[in-house]
Amino acid sequence: MKLKGLILDHRKDTAASASVPIPVPKKVSIPMLQSMGAACDVLVKKGDKVLVGQKIGDSDKYMSVPVHSSVSGTVTGISELLLVSGKVCKCVDIETDGEQTVIDGLKPPLVTDRDSFCRAVRESGCCGLGGAGFPTHVKFGFDEKKFSVDTLVVNAAECEPYLTGDHREMLENADRIFEGIEHIRKNLDIKNVYIGIEKNKPDAIELMKRKAAQGGGSVTIVPLKAKYPQGAEKVIVYNITGRVVQEGRIPADVGVIVINVSTCGFIGEYMATGMPLVKKRMTVSGDAVKTPCNVIVPLGISFKEVLAFADCDFDDMSKAIAGGPMMGIDLFDLSDPVCKTHSAVLALKKEDKKPKPVQTNCIRCGRCIEACPVGLMPTVLEKAFDKKDRETLKKMKVSLCMNCGSCTYVCPAKRNLAEKNQLAKALLRT
Amino acid sequence: MDNLTVSPSPHIRSGATTSKIMLHVLIALFPALVISAYLFGGRALVLTSVCMLSAVIWEKLCNIVMKRPDTTHDLSAFVTGMLLAFNLPPTLPYWMAVIGTFVAIVIVKQIFGGLGQNFANPAIVGRIVLMLSFTGPMTNWIMPSVMADVSTAPTPLVDNYRLYSYWDLFIGRCPGCLGEVSAAALIAGGIYLVAVRVITPHAPLAFIATAFAFSWAAGKDPLYQILSGGLMLGAIFMATDYVTTPVSKTGKVIFGIGCGIITCVIRFYANYPEGVSFSILIMNIATPYIDMVTRRKPVGAAAVKKEAQAGEK
Repeated sequence: MKLKGLILDHRKDTAASASVPIPVPKKVSIPMLQSMGAACDVLVKKGDKVLVGQKIGDSDKYMSVPVHSSVSGTVTGISELLLVSGKVCKCVDIETDGEQTVIDGLKPPLVTDRDSFCRAVRESGCCGLGGAGFPTHVKFGFDEKKFSVDTLVVNAAECEPYLTGDHREMLENADRIFEGIEHIRKNLDIKNVYIGIEKNKPDAIELMKRKAAQGGGSVTIVPLKAKYPQGAEKVIVYNITGRVVQEGRIPADVGVIVINVSTCGFIGEYMATGMPLVKKRMTVSGDAVKTPCNVIVPLGISFKEVLAFADCDFDDMSKAIAGGPMMGIDLFDLSDPVCKTHSAVLALKKEDKKPKPVQTNCIRCGRCIEACPVGLMPTVLEKAFDKKDRETLKKMKVSLCMNCGSCTYVCPAKRNLAEKNQLAKALLRT
Repeated sequence: MDNLTVSPSPHIRSGATTSKIMLHVLIALFPALVISAYLFGGRALVLTSVCMLSAVIWEKLCNIVMKRPDTTHDLSAFVTGMLLAFNLPPTLPYWMAVIGTFVAIVIVKQIFGGLGQNFANPAIVGRIVLMLSFTGPMTNWIMPSVMADVSTAPTPLVDNYRLYSYWDLFIGRCPGCLGEVSAAALIAGGIYLVAVRVITPHAPLAFIATAFAFSWAAGKDPLYQILSGGLMLGAIFMATDYVTTPVSKTGKVIFGIGCGIITCVIRFYANYPEGVSFSILIMNIATPYIDMVTRRKPVGAAAVKKEAQAGEK
């Protein structure tokens, strides 16, 4: 097996722009569900005063992470938000006082073993910051009798075009990343640590190598080909360790834990300060944005304010994407709040100048098959889905599709192959 | 800004389109067309134009009658017309050529559902139908006008070989179908298609290498065999048609080997002097089966797949 991957136009114009903290907004709206798993119950009520770092939502479910206030101010109400998944979740609306007073008694958590480490990570509100939002304490809290984990892969591939948040994290927060790695290594008893970075970030590779050497060389920096989807979990695990994560299994089955580099940086920060996850580094870019940049935003700020900060031309834009252009999700309402999983917001101009390429029949050119990182045959799956042929969909493993979008990207007939795969997966679930 | 566009990811797409791919094929066929105009005179150009135009008109008519959206902009009908013309002797009456494009576009392509749905190469079937229906005019070979007065001549594949030198065959100084005579022009087109990544060299190389090896083993002149007849045209432009050949690289190699063997068997042991069209047609029919046995195995799915199958039983 060899990962071929796509060469995309990187458009990483913001790679050299140092992250700027965005001014505290007048109000924020903090959703109670920002990660995978169960939504939190609201812990505050209208009229309550809240401080930065104060826990405002928690759940008694294991597969869930608490939510903290990113600002100091007054709760003005509890509203409801329609999530992209179609679910509705509660939001705590807070009017800020601009003081950003931090809650009393924040101190580094006391960690003595793996259990206390996992508990602390949960308390921090940490989830995968790369985009999937998997609760980090669940990832760390694997059953030691079942899995023997010896390897930590820090994912700093950042293979999506436009996105430079992880790149900036490495340049601006390198020490914290290594502290985070050290905590994970110590508490999870991990032997090998790799940081996988795409070669289009030579400055980050160089800095990480230097820091790794200073730390005694126990961390290996692996420069990876800048090919999409290099940062997909299964792909990066294979390309770094040579281990194949079988269908329906997790990386821990092959002894690996994968964690995003920004998540790692946050864990380092949290273990040193005790400040939970209340802010997020984001890339603001796209052709409708006049000054593309990286910003650090308080969670719960509206996308509109983030875009306005980067001088977005709201009149000329027709599309706003939360995340990268390959896997990001279109926003339908710019007043939606920024969550823990949003690593970018892109504003794209109207495209009416050039005619839209027309969709034709599949010409069986095989480009989608070549492009699929997990070896699926998207064109066969599309035909099977159109016929509602469950047998073929199962046999051809549509469930392995991770919606990276490579097939749709390369298709000369402009067919929506990745979309069909998602619909097919939904069909098999019914 | 009031209305934001919402669509499923990915939000960017590559610049490749079906019509661009077809345009690349037309460009790749162009050197052979130029050579053929030089060798056979203006009639070669007129015959090619008749084929291309009639193919497009048939396609348009089908779209109207079958109430389908207009598909002529994808340029595939132009490619089919040009390829069919390349498979015809330069002296063929125009009305016969129009029958050929009717078979190719209406019978083989549109009735099966249009672009991408046909199981056999339209131009190949068009040629075979013409060959069987009008054997006389379809085998009326003339010497290229630049070489001698227009007169009938045997095709390089008939009678004793070594009628023409390797060099004659390579540059096209021999009688034959309009577009197949110059191996040099066809190879140039093939290199162009590989360079712009429209085709991979797997099927053509497998086809040519197999024909070479078979001819050598059968005691024929291998170089003469691969340079003469429609082998280069078939290997480079017909055995690489996306729709009617396997999608995987292994499949393409199997397809090419099959074509090479069948071509030689027909050439050496059957009644027809030329077997390229039949070999490609037969392999077109085998394509779904080749695809089935050369399916890519999804990464990390093997063990689970076996379990699932065992579970079904």
